[in-house]
Amino acid sequence: MSNLERKLSAGQFVVTAELPVIDGGGHSEIIRQLAPMKAFVDAFNATDNPSAHAHASPLAVSIAMLQAGVEPVMQLACRDRNRLALEADLVGAGMHGVENICCLTGDDVTAGDEPESRRVFDLDGPQLISVTRTLSHGHYLSGRPIKPAPRFLIGAVENPGAPPYESRVRRATKKALAGARFLQLQICYRPELLERFMREARASGLSERLAIIPSICILRTVGGMRFVATRVPGIDVPPATVARIEQAADAQTECFELACELASHALEQPGVGGLHFISFRKDAGIAKLCTRLGIPPRVERELNGYSASVAF
Amino acid sequence: MKAAAVLARAEHAVKAPIWGCKACGQCVLHSTGLTCPMTCPKTLRNGPCGGVRPDGHCEVKPELRCVWLKAFERSERLPLWRGHIDDLRPPVDNTLTGTSAWLNLATGRDRQTPAGWGDVEP
Repeated sequence: MSNLERKLSAGQFVVTAELPVIDGGGHSEIIRQLAPMKAFVDAFNATDNPSAHAHASPLAVSIAMLQAGVEPVMQLACRDRNRLALEADLVGAGMHGVENICCLTGDDVTAGDEPESRRVFDLDGPQLISVTRTLSHGHYLSGRPIKPAPRFLIGAVENPGAPPYESRVRRATKKALAGARFLQLQICYRPELLERFMREARASGLSERLAIIPSICILRTVGGMRFVATRVPGIDVPPATVARIEQAADAQTECFELACELASHALEQPGVGGLHFISFRKDAGIAKLCTRLGIPPRVERELNGYSASVAF
Repeated sequence: MKAAAVLARAEHAVKAPIWGCKACGQCVLHSTGLTCPMTCPKTLRNGPCGGVRPDGHCEVKPELRCVWLKAFERSERLPLWRGHIDDLRPPVDNTLTGTSAWLNLATGRDRQTPAGWGDVEP
């Protein structure tokens, strides 16, 4: 059983983070990227061609993370592979002991730098969750057996900040019923929409079914803020927030303060089961933010316990 | 076989102008508010992706209103099948493309899924 699964099963608060994309540099680059945040994070997402840009594959990066002694969450998107390829990567992940899987539909190819690619979407996000569960029960989608079955902790994503706002919890519930046990939320710069999602998730019982993990992005520059506001599908940044960074004397400090405010707000929402961090800083931004928020390092949380959200 | 092909053509002639039918051969219109999910550029059968724009338009085709926004709205107005939109629909059976969904509905072929689909907790 993965450490993440153990913690989620015990109802403990979890911290996940995104490993920056890997192109060149091999294992030493992965170790270099992990170093500043390793102490605070329970598991690291190995992303799957984020924003439809090709990078080292999530399976390869997940295996390298295991070798580096940290726990991966292997993201798997439906955009680039048909069901056979998805099943092959999942069974391959199981073979290497990669247990945490995060299933997503994926940005469209038009969001990336090779928009002329064929989009696949042979499965959608909820179907991929269901197929992953099928594999973990010891057979392929066809019914052909796998002995012994790979062990998976299945997760999914949801975007509280994209329409239809009133149906996002219903869609997340579909994912929970398909087999998801944690839900990493898309970065959300509209706190009122995260609040709404969490309110509805509590009312429907969704927050009892799976661990809801909002994402917090630590940006660094005005350019980065503008990129997120205009180029990343599904992220709605209020013009006032962009202006705040543009007009700041020190954009990096202001970006950090913004992340801090959004993270504090997310932690205040009853039912939040953890936080997911994405940092574009070159230094230990995640460690600094955790310290500021009062989230202890992983080992300390494991020894002394930590409860961010009293109502969880 | 010839009759089946004629039926497929007749069905498409009716459905294409009204719903933008893509002839997937496993029609789920009734459970998606009479909005065809195959007209979603990602052909998603289980709800909208996370890329829907703040104005409710499509990530891929900004001029198109999200198919799933329409599906949710319309399903609320249907006297029947309203809750079906929340059902987990199986992956598309690509061997049925171009065949008559009416015929597949009558024979039950459209409800056949791979043996491993819909696996529940053991």
